[in-house]
Amino acid sequence: MIETHLPAYIALTFVLFSVLIPVFGLWRQELSQPLAVIGSGIAAAFSLYGFVTYLNGGPLRYFFGGWEPPVGIEFVYDGLSGFFLLVINVVAFVVMIHSAETSKRELSGKEMPYYSLAMLMMLGFNGMVLTGDLFNLYVFLEIASLSGYALIAVGNRPAPYAAFRYLIIGTAGGTLYLLGVGFIYTVTGTLNIIELTAMLPMFADNTAIVASLVLMIVGIGVKAALFPMHGWLPDSYTYASSSSTALIAPIGTKVAAYILFRIILWMFGIELTDAVAPLSYILGVLACIGILYGSIMAIAQSEMKRMLAYSSISQIGYIILGLSLANPWGFAGALLHVLNHAIMKACLFMIAGQMRLKEGHSDISRFDDSYRKKYPWTMASFSVAAISMIGLPPLAGFFSKWYLALGSIDNSNWLFLAVILISSLLNAVYFFRVLEKVYMMDPSKGQDEPKDGEYNEAKPSMLIPTSFLAVSLIVIGFANAIIVGVLLDIFPM
Amino acid sequence: MLEFFTGHYAYWFTIILLCIGVYGIMFKKNLIKKTIGLAILQISVVMYFVAVASKWDATVPVLDPNIPVEQAANYLNPLTHTLMLTAIVVGVATLGVAFTLLIAIYNRYETLDEQELIDKMK
Repeated sequence: MIETHLPAYIALTFVLFSVLIPVFGLWRQELSQPLAVIGSGIAAAFSLYGFVTYLNGGPLRYFFGGWEPPVGIEFVYDGLSGFFLLVINVVAFVVMIHSAETSKRELSGKEMPYYSLAMLMMLGFNGMVLTGDLFNLYVFLEIASLSGYALIAVGNRPAPYAAFRYLIIGTAGGTLYLLGVGFIYTVTGTLNIIELTAMLPMFADNTAIVASLVLMIVGIGVKAALFPMHGWLPDSYTYASSSSTALIAPIGTKVAAYILFRIILWMFGIELTDAVAPLSYILGVLACIGILYGSIMAIAQSEMKRMLAYSSISQIGYIILGLSLANPWGFAGALLHVLNHAIMKACLFMIAGQMRLKEGHSDISRFDDSYRKKYPWTMASFSVAAISMIGLPPLAGFFSKWYLALGSIDNSNWLFLAVILISSLLNAVYFFRVLEKVYMMDPSKGQDEPKDGEYNEAKPSMLIPTSFLAVSLIVIGFANAIIVGVLLDIFPM
Repeated sequence: MLEFFTGHYAYWFTIILLCIGVYGIMFKKNLIKKTIGLAILQISVVMYFVAVASKWDATVPVLDPNIPVEQAANYLNPLTHTLMLTAIVVGVATLGVAFTLLIAIYNRYETLDEQELIDKMK
């Protein structure tokens, strides 16, 4: 019983809680955060259950109101959407637990609308992943984006301007996507992704179809912060409040990447994508430029959140690069990187939030070796996540880069291979800089100077989520063969 | 050649609207004008969908006893219009969020000119 309705339950949980939070929040403001934890927890449990069901029973199509396409709208729960749902809902659950303290400090008095919006945004993201209809996807995209703009606008003094810039670029991107959908609908007369998969090869030489593909890639590329369209990302992530960044950074760009996967590998298929112009190769080159640009800019930053934001641009490049390879290894590497990067970025941004809460800043140049005494567990989690970002075995980050490299070799694409290796070195530069500040003694200070660091660790409600994510990176690193085995089964060709 | 322009005039107008919208977003310095450009861009896409659904010698998609259901080509396709109702609502919501953000920006910096804003942020 529960299996057949599962896709709808996941989305409806978020609708329910986005309404429940204002209802209870008006009565007791402090109930908002626990309710958000419960809501995202239920959704995470549903996604886990659904993914297990998928592994045993195969994909699931849910028709709303029993109306089958072409009349009705459907939710499709297959391997790809199941995997993405599991990643985003579990990460959201962990971030929601962590946000208790930071939201009390940074958004006191505004918790109720904040968490209600966070639930709405998660509804948008889940809907984007689940839906089997191109226009429905646009609606969910705008739900997620509009609540995302509002969440980003809550933060430091320049936050509304950063959110406004994101709004202008993001809505323009969404509109271009809609125009692409219009082209497809004009030519084929359907909006259902499964029907389009069957129909599109008949229109291989139609220029409108190629134009619509380009428009959709550009429109979604804005949301994914693909290289030339990344301008909104650094400011938004830097000025937004800690919990917003920790929620949006690991999830938002991943879901946009999911749509690119769905459109390019499933709906069009790689042959049709490359039929007129080598679009997948262009996408790969853009991803490479983004990887190098993001890493180099990250080295230049001294603010931790800004550094992580640039690092996000570079990491989304890996995912798009794996997509552009379009072979099983590249695909598995990209999806594994979706999982790893969501966990690593959530962990690192949560630690940045902890630093802002405890020290009042997250400026790397002011970090010193007393932090290792003051926050031993936080810094240990940071180190694990940072080393995984760089890609040292046996942590999770190494394996996704390994499979991406295997995929590049498989395609004899030496440019991509070189970029993956160089950017790992650049990652090492900007993360070891932090580790050096924290774990090495400053030689300019005297040896016998007393340490002012006393044990000042964050509360368990923050420490447990960060440590959990750090430990899960090690676990994923060791279990990578199992995960990749599952991912290779998802690959459509 | 002339046929190509006059035969598709509705599309030419949507393309012009689209270009005006993109110009407004990219080159206008005032944030309100940028928002107006965004609205024009969205409306151009709405107009495209509406133009696509137009049909000569067809009637509204309400069952007419004189036109049997089998002659579906005599009815307009209602789907694109319905989609655009949703898209218009999305556009209105976007404008609402945009103006809310602009009010927040103005309260904090007392300007809506992009250059002045960037100078004040430093």
